[in-house]
Amino acid sequence: MSATTKSKINDIHELRNIAKSVRLKILHMLTNAGSGHTGGSLSAADVAVAIYFSKMNFNPRDPFWKDRDRFILSKGHAAPLLYSIMAEAGYFPKETLDNLRQIESPLQGHPCCKRLNGVEVSTGSLGQGLSVANGIALGLRLDNNPARVYCIMGDGETQEGQVWEAAMTAAHYRIDNLCAVIDKNGLQIDGPVSKVMNIEPVADKWSAFGWHVIDIDGHNMEQILKALNEAEKIKGKPTMIIANTTKGKGVSFFENKVEYHGITPTRDELSKAVVEINNG
Amino acid sequence: MGERKENTEAISKTAEKKPKATREAYGETLLELGRRRKDIVVLDADLSGSTKTSKFAKEFPERFFNMGVAEQDMIGTAAGLSLTGKVPFASTFAVFETGRAWDQIRLTVCYSNTNVKLVATHGGITVGEDGASHQALEDIALMRALPNMTVIVPADATETSSVINAIADYKGPVYVRLGRSNVPHVMPEDYNFKIGKAFVFNTGKDANIIAAGIMVNIAKQAAEILGKEGIDTGVINMSTIKPLDENVLLSVAKQSKVIITAEEHSVIGGLGGAVCEFLSENCPVPVRRIGINDSFGCSGNSDELLKLHGLTADNIVKTVKSALKR
Repeated sequence: MSATTKSKINDIHELRNIAKSVRLKILHMLTNAGSGHTGGSLSAADVAVAIYFSKMNFNPRDPFWKDRDRFILSKGHAAPLLYSIMAEAGYFPKETLDNLRQIESPLQGHPCCKRLNGVEVSTGSLGQGLSVANGIALGLRLDNNPARVYCIMGDGETQEGQVWEAAMTAAHYRIDNLCAVIDKNGLQIDGPVSKVMNIEPVADKWSAFGWHVIDIDGHNMEQILKALNEAEKIKGKPTMIIANTTKGKGVSFFENKVEYHGITPTRDELSKAVVEINNG
Repeated sequence: MGERKENTEAISKTAEKKPKATREAYGETLLELGRRRKDIVVLDADLSGSTKTSKFAKEFPERFFNMGVAEQDMIGTAAGLSLTGKVPFASTFAVFETGRAWDQIRLTVCYSNTNVKLVATHGGITVGEDGASHQALEDIALMRALPNMTVIVPADATETSSVINAIADYKGPVYVRLGRSNVPHVMPEDYNFKIGKAFVFNTGKDANIIAAGIMVNIAKQAAEILGKEGIDTGVINMSTIKPLDENVLLSVAKQSKVIITAEEHSVIGGLGGAVCEFLSENCPVPVRRIGINDSFGCSGNSDELLKLHGLTADNIVKTVKSALKR
């Protein structure tokens, strides 16, 4: 039970198609559920798809395989994104996506590792994923396990103090089997990040904390793959990919709309959105 | 506290041993565990000299992670280490471990049900001179409210060693509360701690004192005094506060005129709270809670502070007599 069942995909077109399929799943499941986080699930979709399908070793039939690469969704409210990817990867039947947020569902409103195998740790309270990712990376290193750890955070999330504690830890312990991503979509619940609590200069901050920083267009699959490749080669320090993204990406009438942080498409909006995604 | 006088009758062979702080026993046991088991890793938040994890750190630097003054990150990192099969022991002072990092413990330790051992030192009022900011009087309440958490308060060095070995073999979140000051030995040398099993020194027909931590020794002193005055008093060491040993509690409650709880913690939400919750539903007998009465501590030495807050044998005696109207 140690071989991965998924072969890695490096074809840009194929990855884009998976991202499309993942976005459609996100929209369908959120419309069904009637509540959940649309904007931030769509903004991080391209990066998350690239990480899962072009980089990670995992086996959906053996979710606790000890040599698997690990993915931590620190911005737990993007749970629909994680679930869509897991369905796409074969962790569970696609029909399960209809159970999002239903009573006792494995697909909780925010990811719960005790209800869904393949979720590494429960998240939802922001700012905690990077610390856990560090711990996993240190544990793997103690075992000489070459597996890698990926962690996606939100930009608003980096207002949490714990993120900077973890930033220090990763650099201090020279954790280089870790690649973190900030899904920098520029919006948080109460408005633009710059207005609510400015986090700039983001790249300078992470550099100053001792990280290797790569600033990219978080919807450009070529740039994403290049950054992920670069991260693997960086030794002696952690890598932060700052993915500049658009909240609600892929659906014109959701894009850059603050209000679509926490509301879901209507049936009517869903039909229009599906057309846009398919034509995109 | 080492100077506290016991009744001569109460001095057993174990009590003749030099008083020792539970944190000292922790440091020694952790080191032995580390020698025996490669999966043991230790984290501390800049207090390894005080928590005594420094002994482990010196011998196993590659398995020791000083996280700096960053308790929240320490808990998350410990959770991550446990997810790779390690058994992390994360230590700092009780007030910072349980208070500063409570949401981290809730999400990544308890909700995620990770195999993290939280062993905090400097619990309770006997932190002493550092004062109220450093005296954890609410930590048991904070930890006890969390699903999946086991809460243990050892009475002395012997019990601490046994507890540390037991929790290393147990899978799941555990909170162990240790103290700063030296405490007399109260547990028999051959004592073997089991999670959820209380230790019954003796049971009384009139009163039974359910105690934990340093109050076990003080409860024994009180029971001696009461016994001499014809009040048959039992003493139970309820070192596992969650899950409570309900069998022992029920059996002593059934034969007691009054139950006394004694703890170095707020009377709200700790051992006293746990005992009352259980007994009120299962065997409603009169209960009196000895503990910190919904206040903060202050600077002072341990004995002065214990006296100030009524955590003394005299106050237990007084409370029992008043409850029995004697």
